[in-house]
Amino acid sequence: MTTLLTRPSESPTATGADQAIETSGLTKFFGKQKVVDELALSVPTGSVFGFLGPNGSGKTTTIRMLLGLLTPDAGDVRLLGQPIPAASDEALPLIGALIDGPACYPWLSGRQNLWRFDASGPDSQRSTRKARIEEALGRVGLTAAGDKRFKAYSLGMRQRLGLANALLRPRQLLILDEPTNGMDPQGTREIRHLIRELAADGTTVFLSSHLLAEIEQVCTHLAVMSAGRLVAQGSLNELQAATSPVLRVDTDDVQAAEAILFASGLKTTTEASQITAVIGDVRPEDVCRRLVEGGVGVRRFVVERPSLEDTFVALTGEGFDVAQ
Amino acid sequence: MWRNELSTLFRRRRTQAILLTLMLVPIAITLVVRFAGGPEGGDGPSFLSQVTNNGVFAVLAGLTVTLPFFLPMAVAVVAGDTISGEAGLGTLRYLLTRPAGRGRLLASKGATVVVFCLAATAAVAGLVAGVILFPVGRITTLSGDSLPLVSGMLRISLAAFLIGVSLLGLAAIGVFISTITDVPVGAMAGTLAVFILIGVLDALPQTAAIHPWLLTNHWLSYSDLLRTHIQWGGVVRNIGLQGVYVLVFGAAAWARFTSKDILA
Ligand SMILES: Nc1ncnc2c1ncn2[C@@H]1O[C@H](COP(=O)(O)OP(=O)(O)OP(=O)(O)O)[C@@H](O)[C@H]1O
Ligand SMILES: [Mg+2]
Repeated sequence: MTTLLTRPSESPTATGADQAIETSGLTKFFGKQKVVDELALSVPTGSVFGFLGPNGSGKTTTIRMLLGLLTPDAGDVRLLGQPIPAASDEALPLIGALIDGPACYPWLSGRQNLWRFDASGPDSQRSTRKARIEEALGRVGLTAAGDKRFKAYSLGMRQRLGLANALLRPRQLLILDEPTNGMDPQGTREIRHLIRELAADGTTVFLSSHLLAEIEQVCTHLAVMSAGRLVAQGSLNELQAATSPVLRVDTDDVQAAEAILFASGLKTTTEASQITAVIGDVRPEDVCRRLVEGGVGVRRFVVERPSLEDTFVALTGEGFDVAQ
Repeated sequence: MWRNELSTLFRRRRTQAILLTLMLVPIAITLVVRFAGGPEGGDGPSFLSQVTNNGVFAVLAGLTVTLPFFLPMAVAVVAGDTISGEAGLGTLRYLLTRPAGRGRLLASKGATVVVFCLAATAAVAGLVAGVILFPVGRITTLSGDSLPLVSGMLRISLAAFLIGVSLLGLAAIGVFISTITDVPVGAMAGTLAVFILIGVLDALPQTAAIHPWLLTNHWLSYSDLLRTHIQWGGVVRNIGLQGVYVLVFGAAAWARFTSKDILA
């Protein structure tokens, strides 16, 4: 792969801010509902930052404020060290974004759509446009389908074109709202690979997703939102260390095992033959002995660092219903 | 940037269909008059009877027929779609984060709509059809004298241009409404509704006091160019009035769009 797109550090207006995204007291009301509540995000330059939260927790609204599409009711945004929206013209050309899914002109082809978006800014860089479009299409695997009308694209192809648009220029920061939504497994893996590659070249990636396994594989940092508030923020290691270890038991007699764990003072959740419980102060040795003494057949018994999913549920609660 | 805007608009099938329809109107009139026999003596629009005498008038006949409804509808569709269309597709968020700049985007949309208004009235096809089907000769003015072909054609072109200018006030209203809603069909219908309302007010004697301020008040002033001695009063007032509408609604659109929350 050539490097037309991947060297943000060579970009003439490179800024040396140590926070790629910084907000303070960021607040937005929709009517009476406080959708974003005094958000203080801090995204270190060079990180791959996962932005998590249940449906309706305010992620997309936050991203729209970051990019100057919504005016905050209170608070400030700085992107690459520059105030938004005051310095949008300087900062935004260095930022690629995918917001709430892709959007293109159905009557234009993929190539024409990219041409249209690229030509609509103040710094046209016309001489390199064709090459940049081809490279971006190549990166998302759309070279062959580039002349199809957008109308005829499948969900995953649309998503890929949206990503290509975010990659049209050398970027210092990518803000991607659910980039792998609707993609096939190969596509998802390619995107993961792409994100790692971009990050290795020094691009900061801010990524919102519900695919926790994805996030766990690529992210170095995390923030978790719940009902408009930031409930956690930090490096992946810090956050997972802060959540206590979990006990997982595989057994053929789930009911009996649950009863014994409950009697030991543990709160359990069960999925098929696997029981999970936050171990807390209880000694796992004692639990294991009681299970065996109680005649429960144990197939697997482990105490491990919680998965990101465990952490996420611990931070945002079990409830399935959206908060508001 | 606005060249890009123009090509996006004119590459759209809908725009092409509108322009094609508008081009067909003068051709259709010419053909009807040619083969069905023109209205002799004038219970139809006065330009229609002229078509048989002089093909250049096919252009004017076409514009006269389309001015009351076709042209305003075309303008309502294109102007109403400017911002709300981008919002409806969701492309607005990608244009603004490019960043296209809200002021710049609105300005290039406005310029594109102006080009469309002029293109819609250009109606070259009518001229072509007229020239092919009828003898081209001296042009008879409304006053009854005749003019040499070249100066007559110049006057007719100017009249067509003025009709294009007459549409700018409505276009400005359309662009403003387009900044209020994210639903393009709503903006188009709203613009058309305003136009119809203006027509109703214009027809009521009770509202005579505001008639001079209505958008359509001087719309027929282009016919003054076809008198032997051109009367400029109505033409100038028309241009002035359209200018006022463009300024007022352009400013309103700017105020609205530059402060708007983009939720689409
Ligand atoms: N246009 C709107 N008008 C009113 N309320 C809105 C609007 N858009 C979003 N909201 C509300 O704002 C809250 C946050 O929505 P947002 O889209 O930011 O959530 P999200 O975290 O991106 O969710 P998801 O994971 O489903 O994408 C929700 O309660 C939603 O109902
Ligand atoms: Mg969202």
